[in-house]
Amino acid sequence: MSEAVLLIGTKKGLWIGRSDAARKEWRLDGPVPELEMQGVYAVGIDTRGDSAHGARLFVGGTSEHWGPAVFHSDDLGATWAEPPEGSIGFPADADASLERVWQIQPAPAGQPGVVYAGTQPSALWKSTDGGVTFELVTGLWDHPHRKEWGAGFGGQAVHTVLPHPTDADRVSVAMSTGGVYQTTDGGQSWSPRNQGIQAKFFPDPYPEFGQCVHKLAAHPDVPDRMFAQNHHGVYRSDDAGAIWKSIADGLPSDFGFPIVVHPHEPETVYVFPLVADANRIPTEAQCRVYRSRDAGSTWEPLAAGLPDVSYAPVLRDAMTVDTADPAGVYVGTRDGCIYASADAGDSWTEVARHLPDVLTVRAAVVG
Amino acid sequence: MIAVRLPTVLRPFAGGAERVEVEVDGSPTVASVFAALEAEHPALRRRLTDEQGAVRRHVNIYLGNDNIRDLSGLETKLTEGDELLVLPSVAGG
Repeated sequence: MSEAVLLIGTKKGLWIGRSDAARKEWRLDGPVPELEMQGVYAVGIDTRGDSAHGARLFVGGTSEHWGPAVFHSDDLGATWAEPPEGSIGFPADADASLERVWQIQPAPAGQPGVVYAGTQPSALWKSTDGGVTFELVTGLWDHPHRKEWGAGFGGQAVHTVLPHPTDADRVSVAMSTGGVYQTTDGGQSWSPRNQGIQAKFFPDPYPEFGQCVHKLAAHPDVPDRMFAQNHHGVYRSDDAGAIWKSIADGLPSDFGFPIVVHPHEPETVYVFPLVADANRIPTEAQCRVYRSRDAGSTWEPLAAGLPDVSYAPVLRDAMTVDTADPAGVYVGTRDGCIYASADAGDSWTEVARHLPDVLTVRAAVVG
Repeated sequence: MIAVRLPTVLRPFAGGAERVEVEVDGSPTVASVFAALEAEHPALRRRLTDEQGAVRRHVNIYLGNDNIRDLSGLETKLTEGDELLVLPSVAGG
């Protein structure tokens, strides 16, 4: 029987929401003991394998005392494991140590066993054993630009990994700061893909790289059309990131962190606007997801079931969709609330409140 | 034999033990104790040091009443029967 699982990574641990395929009523498990007192910046759900429970779950946590670690679970979160040697560690000659895992991204179905991870310091990692152990992608680590990538408030990290749905050699990453980079040769060489994206914090606001891209998204059926929520600026590219154009008209603000695409409608995209860099609260102090059904030409606020008064931002990885039909959309806030929609955003219900700051969410209907 | 005493939170990474003992040949140091821990309890070692061997910033390791940072750090010399005490510092928010 199908069931829905919702991974909720917070500043102080991991919670798991559980529901049936309808996703109307949720119950909450947690905090998960293995992740107590850990900042959970990355969670992942891999539904490609033949696990008895329909999915392998991932979580990347960082303890302020004991450092970072990646765990996986093959029983939908009842038990968690890490390999004896650890999942991710810089080789000795890299002269770096892992600070935080920001993203755990299973590759598309045609690449069984491949899972990517993005980390702080800015590095991309590739696993070919289903996400148990990862190898450093040296082509990006050795990039001559790396010494010029800066650190935003959150640290200097590859926080988004976007594998191409059919071409295993093509992967895009986004980092803060640094911007969008892309490989077309399986990770050996990487090019910045930031033309048109503004960097207001530089004297030259349109540099080749150095942008603070907060999140990147694309629909697998239209992989060359990419969406970016920037540190001021919401953009679309129709040529795989070569040129970016603003789609912020019609939004109350072009500042925000997450951007996600509907799982079945490539033209439907969601953002969560905040007032500005200098005032990071929701516009008009209302909790509102904005949805476009025409790839960013027009936008509508989604309000049904969301609080009319809220001062809580949504962070870059704390909005997601599942792949069920009708599509589920999920938002986690910095005041520890989770809102879920089982009708593509038309209406929302509160799944949780009073959790620690929500850093990341992922959801799937499995089994 | 050198002993390492662990806070409760780290005991799951040492099979539940409060105290682990490692055999170190020659002239033992804190670094050689960590190397021995790597062989027997790699998940524990990762929580004490990063992958380049540095003691994590908010981890304190005491020899008697002395923090090894105030001695010779990883090169602090140990003698047979010494006990290292691992304590988390005040951190984390």
